[in-house]
Amino acid sequence: MPPKEPTLTRPLRRSFVKGLLGSTSFWMVSGHSHWAEALAQEAQKPYQPTFFTPEEYRFVEAATERLFPQDQHGPGARGLGVAEFIDRQMESPYGHGDNWYMSAPFVQGPANLGYQLPFVPRDLYQKGIAGLEAYTRQQHGKSFADLRAPAQEQILTALEGGSVSLGDIPGRVFFEQLRTNTMEGAFADPLYGGNKGLGGWLMLGFPGARADFMDWVNQDGEAYPFGPISISGETA
Amino acid sequence: MTKKHADAIVVGAGWAGSILAKELTEAGLSVIMLERGSERATAVEGAYPESIDELRGAIRKRLFQNLSQTTVTVRNTIDQTALPYRQLAAFLPGEGVGGAGLHWSGVHFRVSPEDLRLRSSVVERYGEKFIPEGMNLQDYGVTYAELEPFFDKAEKVFGTSGEAYKVNGKIVGNGNIFDGDRSDNFPLPVMKDTFTASTFRAAATEAGYHPYSLPAANASRQYTNPYGCQMGPCNFCGYCSGYDCYLYSKASPNVNVLPALRQDPRFTLISDAHVLRVDLDDTRAKATGVAYLETKTQKEISLSADLVILSAFQFHNVHLMLLSGIGKPYDPVSNTGTTGRNFVYQTITSSRIWLPSSKYTNQFIGAGGVGVAIDDFNSMNFDHGPLGFVGGSPVWVNQAGVKPIAAAIGTGGGGTPRWGSAYKGALIDTYKHSIGVDAHGSNMAYRDVYLDLDPTWKDAYGQPLLRMTFTWKDNDIRMNQYVVSKIEPIARAMGATKANLVHLNAGQPFDTRHYQTTHLGGGAIMGTDPKTSALNRYLQSWDVSNVFVIGSNAFPQGMGYNPTGMVAALAYWAAYHIRTTYLKSPGPLVQA
Repeated sequence: MPPKEPTLTRPLRRSFVKGLLGSTSFWMVSGHSHWAEALAQEAQKPYQPTFFTPEEYRFVEAATERLFPQDQHGPGARGLGVAEFIDRQMESPYGHGDNWYMSAPFVQGPANLGYQLPFVPRDLYQKGIAGLEAYTRQQHGKSFADLRAPAQEQILTALEGGSVSLGDIPGRVFFEQLRTNTMEGAFADPLYGGNKGLGGWLMLGFPGARADFMDWVNQDGEAYPFGPISISGETA
Repeated sequence: MTKKHADAIVVGAGWAGSILAKELTEAGLSVIMLERGSERATAVEGAYPESIDELRGAIRKRLFQNLSQTTVTVRNTIDQTALPYRQLAAFLPGEGVGGAGLHWSGVHFRVSPEDLRLRSSVVERYGEKFIPEGMNLQDYGVTYAELEPFFDKAEKVFGTSGEAYKVNGKIVGNGNIFDGDRSDNFPLPVMKDTFTASTFRAAATEAGYHPYSLPAANASRQYTNPYGCQMGPCNFCGYCSGYDCYLYSKASPNVNVLPALRQDPRFTLISDAHVLRVDLDDTRAKATGVAYLETKTQKEISLSADLVILSAFQFHNVHLMLLSGIGKPYDPVSNTGTTGRNFVYQTITSSRIWLPSSKYTNQFIGAGGVGVAIDDFNSMNFDHGPLGFVGGSPVWVNQAGVKPIAAAIGTGGGGTPRWGSAYKGALIDTYKHSIGVDAHGSNMAYRDVYLDLDPTWKDAYGQPLLRMTFTWKDNDIRMNQYVVSKIEPIARAMGATKANLVHLNAGQPFDTRHYQTTHLGGGAIMGTDPKTSALNRYLQSWDVSNVFVIGSNAFPQGMGYNPTGMVAALAYWAAYHIRTTYLKSPGPLVQA
């Protein structure tokens, strides 16, 4: 199902449009129906990753769906576009570890003194996926994405528990990176490619960019009555 | 080479620096303020809706220090190798104009009067022997009565909303019964209780405690402060902590002080200016100015000044003192030297209480400074005698606006799933129906907890990083456990379906990987004895008398309250004595 048409509820501003260049999202102003058509066509096509290889991307899609599965509570990572979100983040300053202190020497120490590897998120994904694919092939004879859900869960449980080493990086470090970015992709503003159709926010009852609750500060435990809206004005 | 000269140089454009710059320009001085980060204008980058983006804001840390340029190293004990703090997590210093004062929440406390004389108070009540071996428990050297006018002034500048208990000795309202006397009421009426805050208030009353509204530098009404700076009423949007307030409702240097300062021709603000050191003359007892790096050109520039104010973030002030040779570095083995001594933090644990599923807690609604607290187990407000620890902790509901990414990352653990379908169910239930309750407590100073220069790692400018030696100690762990146990009757009175009370564990080392608080303190503390304090009671360096060091670095102990209100009051206190005494006859305000 293509995502619902975003509606524009505020005038576009220069800084705002600038932030969007290079992304695959569009806004439509009424009367510009060809934009809507372009977007609809775009939505039919699967996202083409720019950072991950197709094989790596298949892993990210499968692993994030296992961490955040579609179920009775609502959409999973696949439906929310989490893999697209992560791919796009890898091309952002964050993917390059722009605000991490990355000066040598890199000395390993007790876990509670924090991350001490010479790798930024892009490296962690490339090394982590290669390491986990090798582990999966060794254990099951096939790629992670081709395993059934229980086998995938078993591998992720081992990774989280710290019993899998992925060459240069401890399995637990890669697990935490993947988990954190999965939750970000499920719940960040759709501007970044995830939280498609505001599905993450709908599930939680988070109203997004409304940011004005003067009339609902204290209604004695009544649920907030309005659905979410995104920064671009998209509603669910 | 001609050096540019100013009467005073102010290092750091946060609350402390902005207050000092305002006071000194009012006194007729020319002031150059140097800020390491960039300009930050709320009208531009704080504008709705771009600013209320959780990923770009609190998650990717738009307003926080860029560690790629400089950070600290951390170890728990003296025999360990300290390792770099490579990713922002446990604490989040600010960067750019406004500093941490731009991204703070807005909880605007004064101080518990007894906390200013904690050593004296403990000794009077329980005797000298009550103080554990190795604890450097000290008084500030200033009293609540002396600071009161400056707390009052800061509240009026910040536009603080609250409900007083006592004004000029008369009970005037339903405020905190443990508060010190006030000379005036809050400038703005108290903010409304969120549903969770009113639930906590009722339950805490039923449990026999004395709840009060947190004083909030979030404006409950439109306000114009004494500098002519304007604030708009807060709408509980929930984007305070980690954000610049799009409504101009949360006090910040950018909104409440700098608009007035920028109009003063005696004032110059230079951003993207990383101060490398304070230059001293041959006697090492007088500062001649500062050297800074223009970060965009990588050019080193010297400025001369008669007076130097260090008002960067707590540990940056200490770092600059160590790099400049101001005072004697602290040595934990001999317990001598003062620069780096009494480095402290706070003990913060967050518990969670679930209400029946018919009740929606709407946790995304909130304001950073708003909530309901109890002080029954804070400071010297209860009998420590049979408990055998020093310090205490307020307990509160401070619903600052819980965002979905933070909620999702934080859900699970401690035996409950952190991913998968059961996790999703728990996340939704927790987000919709639970209440966060914090114990936000003191942390005492210890002989082997301190700051010095790291022997190995350097910043982007080739200078040694600051090294933190810090861990949790038995006294503070037991205090936290005791106070957290007092949440249970509140949870019962709330009609909770489930409660997860979180406390520190015996022997638990400080962990840099999880956010705790940015309320770091000490390292260059104020006091009455130059052997045990880096600064005198006016925050003037004992060793270099034309250097004043303003910030939470001056706190001898970590207190249970949020530090900003105390920092602002100390800034006005120091400025008052600079203006009325120091400028007339520069030199030490207290003879060593």
